[in-house]
Amino acid sequence: MIGEPIIQFKDFGFQYYSQAEPTLYDINLTIHKGEKVLIVGPSGSGKSTLGHCLNGLIPFAYNGEMTGSLTIGGKETKTSNIFELSKTVGTVLQDSDGQFVGLTVGEDIAFALENDCAEQGMMKETVQKVADMVDMGKLLNSSPFELSGGQKQRVAFAGVMVNEAEVLLFDEPLANLDPATGKTAIDLIDRIQREYNKTVVIIEHRLEDVLYRHVDRIIVVSEGRIVADQTPDELMSSYILKGLGIREPLYVTALKYAGVNITPEMKAGRMDTLNVDMIKDDLQKWHQSRKPAVVEVSKENILEAKNLHFQYTKRRKILQDINFEIKKGEMVSIVGTNGAGKSTLAKVICGFVKEDQGGLYYEGESMKDWTIKERSHKIGYCMQNPNQMICKTMIYDEVALGLRIRGVSEEEIQPKVEKALEICGLLPFRKWPISALSFGQKKRVTIASILALDPKLLILDEPTAGQDYKHYTEIMEFLKSLNDQGVTIIMITHDMHLMLEYTPHAIVISDGKKIGDATAVDILTDEKIADAANLKITSLYELAVKAGIEDARGFVRNFIEYEREVERA
Amino acid sequence: MKAKLFDYVERDNFVFNLSGLTKIVSFFCLTFAVMFSYDIRVILAIMVFSFVVLHVSEIKFSQIKLMLYYALIFLVMNFALTFIFNPQYGVEIYGTYHEIFRFTERYVVTQEQLLYQITKLFKYASVIPLGMMFLLTTNPSEFAASLNSIGVSYKATYALALTLRYFPDMIRDYNDIALAQQSRGLDLSKKEKLGTRVKNIMNICVPLIFSTMDRIELISNAMDLRGFGKMKKRTWYSRKPLTKNDYISMVFCVLVFIGTICVSTFINHGRFWNPFI
Repeated sequence: MIGEPIIQFKDFGFQYYSQAEPTLYDINLTIHKGEKVLIVGPSGSGKSTLGHCLNGLIPFAYNGEMTGSLTIGGKETKTSNIFELSKTVGTVLQDSDGQFVGLTVGEDIAFALENDCAEQGMMKETVQKVADMVDMGKLLNSSPFELSGGQKQRVAFAGVMVNEAEVLLFDEPLANLDPATGKTAIDLIDRIQREYNKTVVIIEHRLEDVLYRHVDRIIVVSEGRIVADQTPDELMSSYILKGLGIREPLYVTALKYAGVNITPEMKAGRMDTLNVDMIKDDLQKWHQSRKPAVVEVSKENILEAKNLHFQYTKRRKILQDINFEIKKGEMVSIVGTNGAGKSTLAKVICGFVKEDQGGLYYEGESMKDWTIKERSHKIGYCMQNPNQMICKTMIYDEVALGLRIRGVSEEEIQPKVEKALEICGLLPFRKWPISALSFGQKKRVTIASILALDPKLLILDEPTAGQDYKHYTEIMEFLKSLNDQGVTIIMITHDMHLMLEYTPHAIVISDGKKIGDATAVDILTDEKIADAANLKITSLYELAVKAGIEDARGFVRNFIEYEREVERA
Repeated sequence: MKAKLFDYVERDNFVFNLSGLTKIVSFFCLTFAVMFSYDIRVILAIMVFSFVVLHVSEIKFSQIKLMLYYALIFLVMNFALTFIFNPQYGVEIYGTYHEIFRFTERYVVTQEQLLYQITKLFKYASVIPLGMMFLLTTNPSEFAASLNSIGVSYKATYALALTLRYFPDMIRDYNDIALAQQSRGLDLSKKEKLGTRVKNIMNICVPLIFSTMDRIELISNAMDLRGFGKMKKRTWYSRKPLTKNDYISMVFCVLVFIGTICVSTFINHGRFWNPFI
């Protein structure tokens, strides 16, 4: 039941005034009423620009030149304005924290109504009704600080629903959510779309998570052009994604590794629709052909926590009785829900806050009396957002900063900085201003500035947040190469792919307690732990179970090893 | 926990439930009354009143501790400096001379000076709790709504409300950045020389400014997308309708203001109350 067209791009193109080349070329795309469309593409492909064109931020907030035509609800957008467009296209932005305008949930949802001069009584009624739709009806008086990331997103969602916009546009809705919350968000979008017959456009690069529910079409954007416009089933049977640096769902990759020739009839677009009978034999055969590799781990501890306790106030215990051992040369992920205490654990390790009981041991030596400065000689800490760390304008100065503060002479600084820049692949840029770099490159600058201090242990907070598959792989391969050179790496993350592929060892924290400490494969195939930590069981495991492979865990392990072999080759 | 400084915490009591408009009107009436009059009896009465209201508002001491300390330091300094620079100002005002004791030829403590300085001290002491209460018991959005209702442009009032609202976030950001920089060896403790410390703090401000700019771009986009600035007027979800308590409070404060002026004109025949003649 395809409705009439609501969004129509005809030979559409766009160029920002600040850029030499157009960002979008020859876009021809029609989206019909009631459709659910997913737009994917690597960073810089133009998919966000496409979104901005839909909601009117282009050309009203970002200036540039438009060619061709874009009509929304029959009206040409060039002659419309952002307020009129916002009545048809409601946008939920990526950062649900930053878009929280009001002081309470109710006020934030009412924001659009206030601007429409709605009368207060009617406003309260509508807000209650819409809040109930997204299950936030009981929290109208809560402030943003009291809400979880998922709840904030629901509020943003409701804030758009009050306008009764026909088209709902989601700009990377999963970027800041943990896997389990992301799943609920996709469920909610699906429910609202069906119940109220909305047109939904989702821009996202986490394909697998969106495909947890039905999607009508996937539009693939690359270098400013639409390169594919297909149903998920069709797209999964092609090889378009891999060439563009977009990650296909893991189970699809597994099928391809096993030599399955995927066809649209297999319905591989979603895990639940996958026709297992068609692929079962190939998968089992592949699994049996693999032999598990032996992994060697160093015996020496670099960091050990014994009965670690920490609390900010008497009532709220943040960390309770944490024990773990991290061996030299390991790559470890620390996972858990937001507020579980994983960032606090990093703060305790770096000495920003002092533990209340128990202690930390560096190479067997107690760190009790070490100051932040002393710890920083051994342990480097890298924040999630590079913009929060960079304070110099030139790359060289930024990387040299830590050494200069320590009073090292310029002659000694130079080789150290150059070496750090070289490791990070930034040596050719050393004389550049930082403002000329991309987000991923800035991230590498911050890592280089820590590496220049020569730490033995590196702690990274969400090293790949907001990165597409290509940049993700770049950063992670880079960290892996650092690790191969002997640096022990701890990552705080909720990216399951990262855990599976790069960190053999994972520590799970939930409500301030350690609830899991094993290989990443074991954790992501253990329903109880995954649930408590807001993770998901990996689709590889589900695939193996579906295909009747008894040692499903072994199958996941085989996949990871195989993938590393492929990447090395 | 510096981030607590301007955090608005909702409570249910007489002061909190007043509308923002009432709070502005009352705050200005009482402040002008205190600033206008130099009659210690009037000022004492208002001071006692403002402390009673502070008690009724159930603001916790921990919330205002820091501000109180700064206020106290300011008061003591002001008291001392007034005496140092103008030890005989009281005599000039009141036109009489009652010596109590003398430090030197110039620094003579007189009853007149003492009365003048104590009056001034109480003036500040009665305004400070009012100001703090106003900041801490007014919901920023409701405050914006009230300002708008007395004629200030809603865009300006909203900008003000957002600033108040993001202030705690900025302090949080500052703390995070400071920690990360400290782990690179930046010393912010008192062990470092003042000059270096100032320079080090500058190193934190640069990333703070950049992350704040990001935030501003995001929020202004989010507001545009939801129609902010579309019309000349807007309505407010959180505006409180005026209740009986609001009218009573406003009338009371206006009366205090008028009363103060009457006391000055008809009883004291001037802004000063002179007990010496």
